[in-house]
Amino acid sequence: MDSIVVLMMCPMNSYLEQELDKRFKLFRYWTQPNQTEFLAHHADSIRAVVGNSGAGASADLIDALPKLEIVSSFSVGLDKIDLARCKEKGVRVTNTPDVLTDDVADLAIGLMLAVLRRICQCDKYVRSGAWKLGDFRLTTKGELGETYVSFLSSCSFSGKRIGIIGLGRIGLAIAERAEAFDCPISYYGRSKKADTNYTYYSSVVELASNSDILVVGCALTPETTHIVNREVLDALGPKGVLINIGRGPHVDEPELVSALVEGRLGGAGLDVFEKEPKVPEQLFGLENVVLLPHVASGTEETRKVMADLVLGNLEAHFSSKALLTPVV
Amino acid sequence: MGQEINPQTNGFHHHLNGGGPPLPAADLPELLVLRPGLLYKVFEQEFLAKFNVLKAFESPLPLDKFLLAHAQSARAILCEAIVTRITADLLLQLPALELVVADGTGVNHIDLAACRRRGIAVANTGDVFSEDTADYGVGLLIAVLRRLSRADAFVRRGSWPVLGEFPLGLKLRGKRVGIVGLGNIGTKLAKRLEAFGCKVSYNSRTKKQSARYDFHPTVVDLALHSDILIICCSLTEKTRHLINDDVLNALGMSGILVNIGRGPIVDEKTLVSYLVEGKIAGAAMDVYENEPNVPSKLFGLDNVVLSPHRGAFTEEAFGDALKIVMGNLDAFFSNSPLLTPVSTNE
Repeated sequence: MDSIVVLMMCPMNSYLEQELDKRFKLFRYWTQPNQTEFLAHHADSIRAVVGNSGAGASADLIDALPKLEIVSSFSVGLDKIDLARCKEKGVRVTNTPDVLTDDVADLAIGLMLAVLRRICQCDKYVRSGAWKLGDFRLTTKGELGETYVSFLSSCSFSGKRIGIIGLGRIGLAIAERAEAFDCPISYYGRSKKADTNYTYYSSVVELASNSDILVVGCALTPETTHIVNREVLDALGPKGVLINIGRGPHVDEPELVSALVEGRLGGAGLDVFEKEPKVPEQLFGLENVVLLPHVASGTEETRKVMADLVLGNLEAHFSSKALLTPVV
Repeated sequence: MGQEINPQTNGFHHHLNGGGPPLPAADLPELLVLRPGLLYKVFEQEFLAKFNVLKAFESPLPLDKFLLAHAQSARAILCEAIVTRITADLLLQLPALELVVADGTGVNHIDLAACRRRGIAVANTGDVFSEDTADYGVGLLIAVLRRLSRADAFVRRGSWPVLGEFPLGLKLRGKRVGIVGLGNIGTKLAKRLEAFGCKVSYNSRTKKQSARYDFHPTVVDLALHSDILIICCSLTEKTRHLINDDVLNALGMSGILVNIGRGPIVDEKTLVSYLVEGKIAGAAMDVYENEPNVPSKLFGLDNVVLSPHRGAFTEEAFGDALKIVMGNLDAFFSNSPLLTPVSTNE
């Protein structure tokens, strides 16, 4: 298969890159000095595109590659792929579902604990060398030092009401874990799920009103863009915490930032942002947020399995076998 | 109006009933505080409203002179655990003492045998901190496996747009977790970790018949069969430096240690050199041998998570702890059974 031309859209995994290089004729889109010229020059040879959550296959790209047969995404999210155009043109699409569900769910719970219990701030505090036994001379109750205020703003996680937007594979995995902490679970979805006992709310605002922690777990589509807006954030409230392990555009980011800065929202754990890797700097000084560089599926084990799934799908396609994880 | 104020009964309950003006301190039961712990500091007003608090820490007198001058009739002491040591010598200076109330779960700073000899009862805070401590154990574990604190720092210093990829972490599902000490905290921790797909086994002083996890007779054996070791036991003479080089070698180079028990359970010097030399893969610690001193060699490591002994500190737990401390004191001063007595027997 080493004459089959594959276009990789951005750096995503060195093992995947090396294997694609070995097994196919690989072009790296991000190293091309003039991408338009590059596409024009190789329009007749590129048969596969490998993308991820950052870069996929837009309508323009698909149109520019008449020989394109398959888009294999190193992600479960498909928001960077124009699925309708792929369907139209008979281009196959695969992603990496299931294999990353555990890591993403683990990270969601990790974010909840880190925000509520101030784990990252604690680590920073110890590393700064600032931890000393407090001077026990309190003059008035109001003069508790900064350290004590931090201690007091730490909240229990067990028993908190968790509201999940989108009870898919990842949402269910988060619910399963949270139940072990005696957290009541409720969810929002386009429709109620028949096979679950969790409480259903038919609006995200209602879900937020009845939750202490709101988690975004659905896919990003035009309908779910800004599904967490000002109204939802107000309903979640000054003691509420937002966890986003979906996509940045799920949340109206400027509204989120002002809610946090103004104390109208209790806290946030964010793995994704509207314009990654740019993160609003007003968040950098806040103690009640945890900011991660889109690492939800980022473990050695899982990225290897994801890479093998991408490779497996490509090889299946080019040997005319059934795709492993087709979407289109 | 016209109510008889009796410090031992009416006066005390008068405040509990919420009516009437506060009593002068002299009419309230005495409560000795040598050094205020966090619980006292947070709720000082509550204590001052119900007790004549003898504040040794505010006196210019050296402790022995203070106790001689002011604490000869004190029947109860509220003590923190970080610095205070309730020794036989101290008890000699408190001839009227009948109750020691610890502001936390641990009682390793209290000479229980000396209390038993004197007929002094001891109370701790029972189970109020177990849940939050177990939660914290999970949080620290995910934080070290997925490098959460380093990743957060990476974003905040603006490195993401510049450096791009952040190093990968380690998966949790399928990992073998060895819990050292399957008590209140260990049991809750085990239940939580099972939901993440971990395989839990344990070592404890005694095998727990009701536990459905595999029991390992020694900590070395537990470490041999674990990818992650979590310390949840209490500090006793038997558990001091329980986690030593043998245990760390058994845990191995890809092993992770989490300590939410007590610092001296781990041979800290050895642990630090193992971390620096890559002989274990990582660690998360809430406790240290000599708090608040933390070995500075740890500050530059990416595979550790450091926490300043606050695994139990949440608003909710503190509220519950206050209730139970007050409940124990109320019970004592009304000659009722303590809510959460600690056995002073061997």
